[in-house]
Amino acid sequence: MDFITNDNWLLTVGTFLPLAGVLVMMFIPRGNELLHKQIAVLTAVATLGVGIFTLFQFNFNKAGSLQFWVDAEWIPVIKSGYTIGLDGMSLPLYILSMIVTLFVMIYSWDHIPNPGNPKAFLMLMLVLQVGMAGTFVAQDLILFFVFFELVLLPMYFMIGVWGGEQRQYASLKFFLYTMFGSALMLVAFLALFWQVQKTNPDAVFSIPYLIGHSGDLSRPVQIWIFSGMFIGFAVKVPMFPFHTWLPDAHTQAPTQGSVILAAILLKLGTYGFIRIAIPILPVAAKAWAPYIGGLAVIGIIYGALGCLAQTDMKRLIAFSSVAHMGFVMLGISTLTPLGFNAAIFGMVAHGLITGMLFFVSGSVKDRYHTLEIKRLSGILKQMPKMGWIMGFCAMASLGLPGLAGFWGEFPAIVSAYSPAAGLSQPLFRVYMVIASVGTVLAAGYLLWLFQRVAFGEPTAEFAGLGADGDDPHGASAHGAVHGGAHVTHAVGAAVNDDHEHEAIHDVKISEWIAWAPFLVGIVVLGVYPQLLFRILDPATQVALQAFGKG
Amino acid sequence: MLAMVLSAVGDFARPKIDYHALAPEIILAAGICLVLIVDLFIAESKKWLTATIAGVVLIASVLPLVTLAVIGDDTRSMFGGRYVVDQFSLIMKAMFLIIGYVVVLLSTNEIEEGGYHQGEYYVLLLASVLGMVMMTSARDLVSIFVALEFLSIPAYMLAAWRKRDSKSNEAGVKYYLLGVFASGVMLYGMSLIYGITGTTKLTEIGAFITLDGKFSGLEALAIVFIVVGFAFKVSAVPFHNWAPDTYEGAPTPVTAFLSVGSKAGGFVALVSLVYLAFPQARDVWQPFMFVLAALTMTVGNVLALKQTNIVRMLAYSSISQGGFILMPFVVAGTKAAETSLKTIVVYLLVYASTNLGVFAVVIAVSRKTRSGEISSFGGLLSYAPGLTWVMTFFLASLAGIPPFGGWFAKLNAFRAVLEGGTGFGYAIAIIGAVNTVIAFGYYGSVMRQMWMNPVPDGDTTPIKMPSSLTAALGITAIATIVLGILPQLVLRFGDLQDLTGAVAGK
Repeated sequence: MDFITNDNWLLTVGTFLPLAGVLVMMFIPRGNELLHKQIAVLTAVATLGVGIFTLFQFNFNKAGSLQFWVDAEWIPVIKSGYTIGLDGMSLPLYILSMIVTLFVMIYSWDHIPNPGNPKAFLMLMLVLQVGMAGTFVAQDLILFFVFFELVLLPMYFMIGVWGGEQRQYASLKFFLYTMFGSALMLVAFLALFWQVQKTNPDAVFSIPYLIGHSGDLSRPVQIWIFSGMFIGFAVKVPMFPFHTWLPDAHTQAPTQGSVILAAILLKLGTYGFIRIAIPILPVAAKAWAPYIGGLAVIGIIYGALGCLAQTDMKRLIAFSSVAHMGFVMLGISTLTPLGFNAAIFGMVAHGLITGMLFFVSGSVKDRYHTLEIKRLSGILKQMPKMGWIMGFCAMASLGLPGLAGFWGEFPAIVSAYSPAAGLSQPLFRVYMVIASVGTVLAAGYLLWLFQRVAFGEPTAEFAGLGADGDDPHGASAHGAVHGGAHVTHAVGAAVNDDHEHEAIHDVKISEWIAWAPFLVGIVVLGVYPQLLFRILDPATQVALQAFGKG
Repeated sequence: MLAMVLSAVGDFARPKIDYHALAPEIILAAGICLVLIVDLFIAESKKWLTATIAGVVLIASVLPLVTLAVIGDDTRSMFGGRYVVDQFSLIMKAMFLIIGYVVVLLSTNEIEEGGYHQGEYYVLLLASVLGMVMMTSARDLVSIFVALEFLSIPAYMLAAWRKRDSKSNEAGVKYYLLGVFASGVMLYGMSLIYGITGTTKLTEIGAFITLDGKFSGLEALAIVFIVVGFAFKVSAVPFHNWAPDTYEGAPTPVTAFLSVGSKAGGFVALVSLVYLAFPQARDVWQPFMFVLAALTMTVGNVLALKQTNIVRMLAYSSISQGGFILMPFVVAGTKAAETSLKTIVVYLLVYASTNLGVFAVVIAVSRKTRSGEISSFGGLLSYAPGLTWVMTFFLASLAGIPPFGGWFAKLNAFRAVLEGGTGFGYAIAIIGAVNTVIAFGYYGSVMRQMWMNPVPDGDTTPIKMPSSLTAALGITAIATIVLGILPQLVLRFGDLQDLTGAVAGK
């Protein structure tokens, strides 16, 4: 593995820049909400600016090498360094985290969830961004662990403070699950280090070093260490038996939290597999691959069936995440470059698409104050633009060719046809067939959702609320508010009386700004996937060196 | 007859005393006298002066430590190697003195406003700190015992300081009775050791108690008795029963002092004994430490989960943290001896700064709410955001979440036991990992109160922070964060060769 050390301050700045915003915001009183929003967005723009600059500096012809390589002293006593670098596998996710944070901030401009307090909300989001970006650049196990854990507390508070009714339960569940996983993961990291150190007295925690020096580990040792890492990463993904925190966390989290959770946080787990667990422990990876593949297809089917049973739109999307991450894990379990490429593509695509779906459901909830599918209907009539965006995202999510989702699912299924040498071909072909059934189910639940929610006439309780045109302040809309409220009381539906329904208006300007890049990204990656595959492939080839050409 | 005595006196050679090395102890002793005298002559309204003097004395005692550290790392050994100032004792002394200083800052307003006897309070506090400082250098069974009593007896009285409060009396009495009982058990063990080896000097004991055939059941019994005695001091399960009641009843600054200072004192003594006196008897104490560590972290955690009173919760939390500090002892006799020592030092430093910080916040909040319930922290974010963030940092540090000091301490503990590579080591690592997760249950519940729950009585007037409390918070918060992000700063200390005379595990 070779390292390129050009402009080696870039990643450090890109990763830690959000902290500058946090520091500034710390000294501004809470009441000054507009200023807080401005600083937060400005910081996110600056961070993304650094990210885009990184993109230009990145040597695409050498996407397989770690670039912007820094190996500075950090804690020499425990042989851990400030080791960072970026290659073709981490670049897309690194940039994606910056994009998502920026546009989630823009969405927050007029969507600060209850109970307000944008200062704390935005500060937490900036800290979250540091953790996410840091995880993708860290090339040292201890440093990786620190960043991996850094995202926990901000997300815990985001769900717990700004979430739905069950927020405390959901946030604690999220936290305990992830922490349990990462505690075992840390033990595995340390065990790995000491095992490697037995034959290499000068061992360090650097990931490239460990990849190069883990060959002496015996098979049982590798398998044990892998299982520790497996639990840590699988909880985060989440894979099938460890997934139960996800629907709760997603459903209860504020829209912004759900988007970040779906778009980036889940990827930390899958990224851990392709960056750490599999390259360092190839023998164990091979032993574990059939089980990972099996859990992945169970996840695909289970997630899909779970979706069909949901009555809440957000919960349904959350379960669809389980299914989608199943495809990603299936790709990874084949241990082939094609599978890995599909997996990373799937991560990016899932980030954009499911992130968008959560945005839409958040906005729907803003307007209707409910996400119960049977109470929603006829969104297309009341909010045609919103309805079509939702339809578009549903299509992308079910893997329609020409949109980004397709290039995550299809190659993953194809890669299962011929897994890496040494893996059981018949078994993976069975997985392939099951996964294909999963895509059919995906079409089923997404189209059914869209049909129930978007088609038809608005339900009685919301029927009078539709904005006639785009003028939410119009007198007619105002009248409709009261009319609607009366209708509600008349039919006696279970409506929260705390708030009167406002007129329902279509996509707002801040929503357009926040969503446009996602929508464009879905189309661009769908039409021209080579954009991403081109930089992924060299890096995955390097990561899979131990397995030969798949 | 008289001639015999005189001739004996004639044999007496005056020991060489290194005044520079002893300077911290001398300054402290002089400071105790000074506070005592000043207290006699000043008016009741000016009693706050005693706090100031105590603070100055503590800071002044740090100065010779700095010069000693700067001058060089040659060990200064006195009284035939029975009182040693080495790198290990330097860093530990500095820690105890700073703990003392922060406790003075925490106490200032509490003790003054409570109308307690200020002068006596600071005298006893300084005396207890002096005992801790002596403990770090004691390399002899007798001087260890003297140091231990020196640090404990003032603490018994401090625990009962609110003398009109029956809970405080209960705290003091319970602490005293169990403490004395523990001392008795320990002393019995020490007498056995003296009987077997004929010496009280730790390194000589270490050379005598070896594995080559002479290792007897009596030796094992003696070692177990001594360890049990200290297990009381560090409130390890099942010798922990006094801790929650004492912590709850004592004035909060005293609780902070007990949970950090006297606990660390016990650990320092354990380190000296294990590394210097019993390194060869590891087959006796390693399994014993395993049981203690596993029980302590687990029972402490599980009981902490049920608490509704913040101080009681912190008492169980500190028991559980003690279990993590015991963790490295499980492998302290293997090739991981050096890592273990380092871990214990780092853990004590991190734990001290974090736990004192937590108590500083508890004191600050209870000044307003006048309640010790965890629910009184409800909605803290809405009227004291600064305190909320800082408390979140401290709790995260205790829970071991990066980037605050605690994660590094825990990481080191895991590192040490995994390096040992023994079955006990792997087992305690898994138990520790599971306990780390359980611990978040109660640390998280305080965070939940502060961030997510409404203010219980709707009273959102801001908290008035006395400047001494702010200073204490500043010191502890900065230490907690710096230890987490740049742990290398303190990791330079705590090498095995720093503990003079230690026999590396073979």
